[in-house]
Order: sequence, then structure tokens, then C-alpha cells
Amino acid sequence: MDGTLIIFWAFAGLAVVSALSCITRRSPVASALWLVVTLFSLAALFVLLDAQFIAVLQVLVYAGAIMVLFLFVIMLLNLGRPGPTDLKGPMGLTVGVLLAGGLLVQLLGLRRAVPPPGLALAPGVIARAAAEQGMVPAVARPLFGTYLVPFEITSILLLAAIVGAVVLAKRKL
Amino acid sequence: MLLGPSLAVSAVLFALGVAGVLLRRNAIVIFMCVELMLNAVNLTFVALAQQLGVAGQIFVFFVMAVAAAEAGVGLAIILAIYRHRQTVNLQNINLLKG
Repeated sequence: MDGTLIIFWAFAGLAVVSALSCITRRSPVASALWLVVTLFSLAALFVLLDAQFIAVLQVLVYAGAIMVLFLFVIMLLNLGRPGPTDLKGPMGLTVGVLLAGGLLVQLLGLRRAVPPPGLALAPGVIARAAAEQGMVPAVARPLFGTYLVPFEITSILLLAAIVGAVVLAKRKL
Repeated sequence: MLLGPSLAVSAVLFALGVAGVLLRRNAIVIFMCVELMLNAVNLTFVALAQQLGVAGQIFVFFVMAVAAAEAGVGLAIILAIYRHRQTVNLQNINLLKG
């Protein structure tokens, strides 16, 4: 077992444990903070998978912006103190655990998946491209080339989201 | 290679997110569990990008943009509901219940 794999499993374990805490804590603030731990350990996993730029974005956008928005809303609605439990009753609990467990068994079958031999790149190609072109250009070139149209459409999506959020959150237009 | 372990971890995280959505009644916590599921999928994309080319990493960008838009609009909806009902517990928000 080499060093990379040890670090990988350490952060993977941290991600799973904190995700478990996130869905079981009674207080929404505690849930949000555990989710931040999950997002940070996922960023570490991204680094191990040769996606350094995505890892930085994960910390900046997810842990930085989106989770602050969540915490902000929790504070705004004054939901910080843990109230009575919001777990479902025994019936809902059983059905939920069974469904999620079934899904887990199905999805775990995927871990033996291998990319089709014709499509798979030689090991280390992504890391080498990042070393040659720099980490950001390796991602930015295709983003502003092949994927330019989806990128521009994303800006329309964000505009719609801004307008929608303002309209919904405003008391009176 | 880290592909197999990554897919296993993302499967566990996705199932945990689904479990959170199914087991909790607090709208904000359910929302956070949806973000957890999106992140599990992101891990799958990045793991496969290591073997199938950088397009997987670019897809993670789009997932992040959609997640940000979703968080903004969704939290605005939760704010609006809270203003009407003074609660975010989904048990008390049953307007569509027959």
C-alpha cells in the first residue's frame, strides 16, 4: 500500500464520517459545518486525482460561497438552536434506510467498472498535460474551445437564477 | 489506480445523501443533502477524468454552476415559505397533500 493510497483512504474516511454526521446532527448549523468538512476532504481527493484546479474551486465555491449562503439563511431564519428531532417516524425511517441501502448496494457494483480499452488514456496523461501546460490552461483550453457554447449558456442560467432569487426573496416587488 | 476506490467512496457519499433526503424533515438539511449528492457525482467525474480525458473536469464546472444557481433559488424559496408558515419543517408544509 503506497503513500497515495493511505492518504486517499484517510480523506475518504473523513469524508464519509463527516457526511454521516451531517445527516444525523439535529442542529442545522452542526449539519452545515460537517458538510464543510466533507467538502474539504473531497477537495483533497480531487488533488489526489490530478484535478488541482477543481480542488481549489471546490474550496472557493462550495465550502466558501455556497455553504456560507446556507449558514446565512440558517442564521436569518434563527434555526440555529436544535429543536425537537426532525427525523421521520419508524415507518419512514425503515423505508428510507432500506431504499438508501439498496441504492448503495447497486452503486457499489460500479467500483469494478473499467473504462473501455479504446477510450482509456495511458496512466499519467492528465498529470503530464498539467505539468506541461500548467494546471489552469489544461482545463481552460477545452473550456473556452470545445465547450464554449455550454459555458455561455451557463451565464444565462446564472442570470436566470439571480433574477429568480431576487423575485422570490423580495417581500413586495 | 484510484478509480475503483473513488467510485466506491462516491457511491457511499451519494447513498448517504439519499438517506439524508429520505430521513430528515428540515428543508435546509434536505437541501444540504442534495449538495452532498452533487459532490458525490463530482467525485465520479473527476475520477473518470483521470482516465478518459479532461472533459470530466470541465463537467464538474457546470455541475458547480448549476449547484450555485440551485442553492440561490432554493434558499430564496425556503425564505419565502418561512415567511408564510414560520417553519421549515416539511411536515407542516402540506398544501399539496390530498
